Amino acid sequence: MEKNISFTLKVWRQRGPKEKGAFKEYKMQDIPTDTSFLEMLDILNEQLVNKGEEPVVFDHDCREGICGMCSLYVNGHPHGPSTGATTCQLYMRKFKDGDVITVEPWRSAGFPVIRDLMVDRGAYDKIMQAGGYVSINTGGVPDGNAIPISKEKADLAMDAASCIGCGACVAACKNGSAMLFVSAKVSQLALLPQGQVEAARRAKAMLAKMDELGFGNCTNTRACEAECPKCISISNIARLNREFISAKFKD
Amino acid sequence: MATIDSKIPEGPLAEKWTNYKAHQKLVNPANKRKLDIIVVGSGLAGASAAATLGDLGFKVKCFCIQDSPRRAHSIAAQGGINAAKNYQNDGDSVYRLFYDTIKGGDYRSREANVYRLAEVSNNIIDQCVAQGVPFAREYGGTLANRSFGGAQVSRTFYARGQTGQQLLLGAYSALSYQVNQGNVELFTRCEMLDLVLVKDENGKERARGIIYRDLVTGEIKRCSAHAVVIGTGGYGNAYFLSTNAMGSNGSAAMQCYRKGAWFANPAFAQIHPTCIPVHGDKQSKLTLMSESLRNDGRIWVPKKLEDAKALQAGTKKPNDIPDEDRDFYLERRYPAFGNLVPRDVASRAAKERCDKGFGVNNTGLAVFLDFKYAIQRLGKQAVADRYGNLFDMYEEITDDNPYETPMMIFPAIHYTMGGIWVDYELQTSIPGLFAIGECNFSDHGANRLGASALMQGLADGYFVLPYTIQNYLADQIQVPRFSTDLPEFEAAEKAVKDKIEKIMAIKGTRSVDSIHKELGHIMWEYVGMGRTEQSLKTALAELEKVEKVFWSDLRVVGVADTLNIELEKALRLLDFIEIGKLMAYDALNREESCGGHFREEHQTPEGEALRHDDQFSYVACWEFQGEGKQPELQKEPLNYEYIKVQTRNYKN
Repeated sequence: MEKNISFTLKVWRQRGPKEKGAFKEYKMQDIPTDTSFLEMLDILNEQLVNKGEEPVVFDHDCREGICGMCSLYVNGHPHGPSTGATTCQLYMRKFKDGDVITVEPWRSAGFPVIRDLMVDRGAYDKIMQAGGYVSINTGGVPDGNAIPISKEKADLAMDAASCIGCGACVAACKNGSAMLFVSAKVSQLALLPQGQVEAARRAKAMLAKMDELGFGNCTNTRACEAECPKCISISNIARLNREFISAKFKD
Repeated sequence: MATIDSKIPEGPLAEKWTNYKAHQKLVNPANKRKLDIIVVGSGLAGASAAATLGDLGFKVKCFCIQDSPRRAHSIAAQGGINAAKNYQNDGDSVYRLFYDTIKGGDYRSREANVYRLAEVSNNIIDQCVAQGVPFAREYGGTLANRSFGGAQVSRTFYARGQTGQQLLLGAYSALSYQVNQGNVELFTRCEMLDLVLVKDENGKERARGIIYRDLVTGEIKRCSAHAVVIGTGGYGNAYFLSTNAMGSNGSAAMQCYRKGAWFANPAFAQIHPTCIPVHGDKQSKLTLMSESLRNDGRIWVPKKLEDAKALQAGTKKPNDIPDEDRDFYLERRYPAFGNLVPRDVASRAAKERCDKGFGVNNTGLAVFLDFKYAIQRLGKQAVADRYGNLFDMYEEITDDNPYETPMMIFPAIHYTMGGIWVDYELQTSIPGLFAIGECNFSDHGANRLGASALMQGLADGYFVLPYTIQNYLADQIQVPRFSTDLPEFEAAEKAVKDKIEKIMAIKGTRSVDSIHKELGHIMWEYVGMGRTEQSLKTALAELEKVEKVFWSDLRVVGVADTLNIELEKALRLLDFIEIGKLMAYDALNREESCGGHFREEHQTPEGEALRHDDQFSYVACWEFQGEGKQPELQKEPLNYEYIKVQTRNYKN
């Protein structure tokens, strides 16, 4: 049932990548618990604009938990306290009257801050460009039913393919590793016959790019899996390691 | 006034596309390298076009406003993609998909375009499978299908409730491959702010580039090319609350319109029947619950007014209403299609019940979508397998558990069938400017069927534009790359900068969002599900007022030459106001009801849409006449040679 709560927001404000940032406090009054976390920030921004102050910049778009734009570190968790949900799917009913809510950007060497809570995740595109595809052109492909794929395999591939590329795994990892992201794509394609052809080449290329861009290594803390809004399993990392090792043996 | 040439190829319907491809001009590989193409937008249409043009060997520049092409709002499509594979052996065929699409669009789309769409639909599935899109499979290893509204066959392919995501990621993968190959250059966080036309040696104006704003630095920049393709989606956010993403906008289309591209059928907007109802005034968007839910969910409201009142007041719960007191109004009114009638029909039927007072929720503006019967029939696990993620999403937002209590849904703006006019080649009325995907008007007539948007976006991008654009570019191979120092670029950039300066100088008191909400309210009230001559005239008067408020009282904080999210929104809002007017003009002109456009003066005694084919069987093309002037209407007649135009009937 809807009710209103009041709380304090501590929001990270930072003008640019090279400038020093700091927390700023905002008192929020009578916010309906049926509003989403991002709608609550809309309310804050409306108040700031009405006072002639610059609004808090944050990435967001679909607000349905699928585009992967939203990327807030809320009370020490990527995408906040809910499990299996993005920031835009977080509702104020998860908070209590009188709470202090801390909001930060993703913090990782791979994702420099652009402004306030907005970071640059261009590195993910670059990793994808290194090999996150099946190297085919448009046209000239076999009929969709020509290669049967077991339901089990298709379902596992779909589990891996659910990754939304938000970067929560990197933000959650003490090493700033992008292994969960990379392994999800490598697994999806390695599980399917269409992607199997160049699976080894893909794993090597994507990992090399990940290392080059300054992401850390995986030390199996499983923080990524725990914080992933799509519950991507770290068994994908095991699958990636298998692909990588078998590729190295072949070399 | 120019006559409209839609360039439909000669020959029988089923051979037109084959004939076209056999006789069109092509560009040889050595020349492709010398030709630049700008693709604005990276959704299903934009990404698939950019990737395919890149793999053909053209030099492509692909622009998107988000931080990555993978964010485009195609990603949010849930239910599926249609194709005429007939894998289910249930009587499907290219002709039937074509027929269903024309009928679903209430006989307001072009036969030849729609037939081609149905023809290439099968290639799309093959292409996506080859890319590694994990479509749902049967235990035997073949592709699974389900049914969608407006069809009596199962032709919809899906990847759980995330089909749009998987198809977009497939296109994004293909795009990433072409970036790797050096054929495509990405411009992320960059927003097109104007189209640049340059006169050729014969004095003919052609689309030759764009002016864009780097959203991080605020810089205004120029980019030139031999052709410009826009795939920038629809304009549903004119209503403020819609199922579109927060950043979805109609600005690129409006920039093209102001430069002379015709805007076709702007009044045709789709109101989707199954969205989570509005709550409170702080809401920023509406969330769609996939149409696939109508496969197994049954829609109802109470039969008795007193039950509806009790439900609204909260004194009764939905499960307190016995089956015999439930009105399954879609099954009652449309026995043949039941809960799977097309979207426009389902939306209007919900409105009719709510208008009569039978609506539920505390607002009275909702109906039930109930899975009790499906759970009884199939078991909870089977229902969870099919719709689990949608149920979770619903519970996350509303705090209600759909396994135990029926979902509440209400119609909301979802998709715009209208858009930039294109001919058979997907070229607009400006030479060298092409429009693909939702931002063109071409294939859905007055109402789009479910799972057809993904089909059209990918058809345009993978299999249509890469052919047809060559017919244009074949004449351009002698044209060297353009300098962006041309006076036309200079002038366009200056106009953009002047406009931004003018907006920054208003320094009023109103935030962009507050004015946008006002616009949305006017659009929903007067240009929404039921329109009348009076409501549309009121809308036009109110829209003038909103525009005045914008120019006199808007406040954009900060400065223009850096990242400024308020300025981004203000520029888009200005175009939404203009689109609102265009929609109202078009709706006022079209004195009939068809598909998503319902003029209350024109309905059958049973409350169904009443078309006037003798007067309105045409595409309404609106031509810009200058700021503040009423646009001029041109008509492209719709000739149906291969199907008999009928009154839509989903009853029997």
